[in-house]
Amino acid sequence: MRVRKKGYWLYLVPSLVLFLVVIVVPFLMNLGVSFTRWSGVGTPRWAGLENYARLLEDERFWLSFQNNVALIFAMAVVPTVLGLLLAAALFDFIGKRFGPRTASALRAMYYLPQVLPVAVAGVVWGWMLHPSYGAINQAFGLDLDWLGDPDLALATVMAVMVWFQLGYPVVIFMAGLQRVDPAYYEAADLDGASWWRKVWHITIPQIRPEIFVVLLTCTIAALKVFGPIFVLTRGGPGNATLVPSYFSYLNFFQKSDVGYGSAIATVLALIIVVVTFLFLRIQERES
Amino acid sequence: MRGPGRWAVLVSLTVAALVMIFPFVLVALNAVKTPEEYASEGPLGLPGGLHLQGIVDFWVRVDFGQKLWNSLLISGSVAVLAVVLSVLNAYALGIGRVRGRLSILVLFLVANTLPQEALVYPLYYLAKEAGLYDSRLSMIIIFTVIQAAFGTYLLSAVLGQFPKEILEAAEIDGAGRFRALVRVVVPISRPTLSVLLIFFFIWTWNEFFLPLIFLISNDNQTVPVALGVLQGERYMDATMSSASALLGIVPAVAFFLIFQRTLTRGVTVGAVK
Repeated sequence: MRVRKKGYWLYLVPSLVLFLVVIVVPFLMNLGVSFTRWSGVGTPRWAGLENYARLLEDERFWLSFQNNVALIFAMAVVPTVLGLLLAAALFDFIGKRFGPRTASALRAMYYLPQVLPVAVAGVVWGWMLHPSYGAINQAFGLDLDWLGDPDLALATVMAVMVWFQLGYPVVIFMAGLQRVDPAYYEAADLDGASWWRKVWHITIPQIRPEIFVVLLTCTIAALKVFGPIFVLTRGGPGNATLVPSYFSYLNFFQKSDVGYGSAIATVLALIIVVVTFLFLRIQERES
Repeated sequence: MRGPGRWAVLVSLTVAALVMIFPFVLVALNAVKTPEEYASEGPLGLPGGLHLQGIVDFWVRVDFGQKLWNSLLISGSVAVLAVVLSVLNAYALGIGRVRGRLSILVLFLVANTLPQEALVYPLYYLAKEAGLYDSRLSMIIIFTVIQAAFGTYLLSAVLGQFPKEILEAAEIDGAGRFRALVRVVVPISRPTLSVLLIFFFIWTWNEFFLPLIFLISNDNQTVPVALGVLQGERYMDATMSSASALLGIVPAVAFFLIFQRTLTRGVTVGAVK
């Protein structure tokens, strides 16, 4: 073994240069622009904290976060709970009584939506939910404007996102369950514990790390959600499905209010970093 | 649970699975119908035959072959280049253990969680200045860096466990550092690298936000962007809409089936992202 290894940093040079150009500089530029008034052409004019002050009083901004919370519920909380029940049922009943092949076939069917690009999932549902020729209305003899009715649109998008996300926790949780020592379940069986009690007292504590990872990654995905909103509703009708990501896009590219868009994007980035940090802290404390 | 109970569980789980694949079945069913069949039989009726005109019309109209090629070119280039960068970085961080490696890793990790919204306008501006706006090259560069940030993080941990004896043996044989990387480290890490390669390919294929903004001309658009933008267009009737959805579904499902083995091995890898 050589005494001191030198020269390895050379291998970092290409990435550090690219990283500087593609991530660091743009991020700092975005931060800088958020303190200015700028239409995208000409010179930005310094505006201090004006954009941020405006954010705090902007009803649409608060509404977009309110909708985002609903989507976190639909993309992280509901899939985690349902995924846990499905994974436990597949593992305990189907895998053991009907064979692992049946269990993995069902698992693959739950997972199928996850292989789609999220925009394509939007295209599929945009067609299914179309008010005049959509398959859902026609098949069930309904006459609902699923995505055009302000009272229905958010709930519809939420349902689509549950469908899209569900397979991910099922697969992760089933992988986690392979690790659990069967002796726990055997002991619980001897005590005559019900299935629900076993899920609550054995399954959930045993796959806690997986639950954490799923909640974290799905929450971040929900905070970043853009594709389905763009494809299905463009934030409408009114502001019924507006989310921060789409709100910043609107300000950047439709309203040419780049300073304001940058402020929204900066706040969004801050929230995501804080959420990630909090999750990792809690996880650290738990273990 | 014994007796009828376990059958009840099987039935309800099967019903749930059918609900999940219901949209796929409907899309496939209606993409091969004539508009008249759709009008008379509705979405649930079986098609009278394999009517491919809707798919052909849509394919020709949007020049779908070009979109497929754009997606393949961008995703393929990104996958290869991002794996190369990840290997170089991880070699320095995981095996070379260069000074400040922890802060560099944290930097890459933070970069990975940043929303693209916080980078998009400056990237758009810089790409225009550099004459790269509306080019596939701009997407290749940007996504190579984004994917490599994740790959570096993951691969550094893997290479941190790399057996020292093998490297020492290579050194005794007179292999230089670069030779040791290419001849020893890369071949031994091949399974991990192939998982990364496939994930980068699929993740890039699925991207929507940045390609939507950067690729505005028809000749450069990727599959998800073209389909996402056309969704709800006037001329799209029911069967053509389902044909377009089918064209989005088929490559994604094909990748899944082709790469299934590697993907199931690596799904926990993806969970870190």
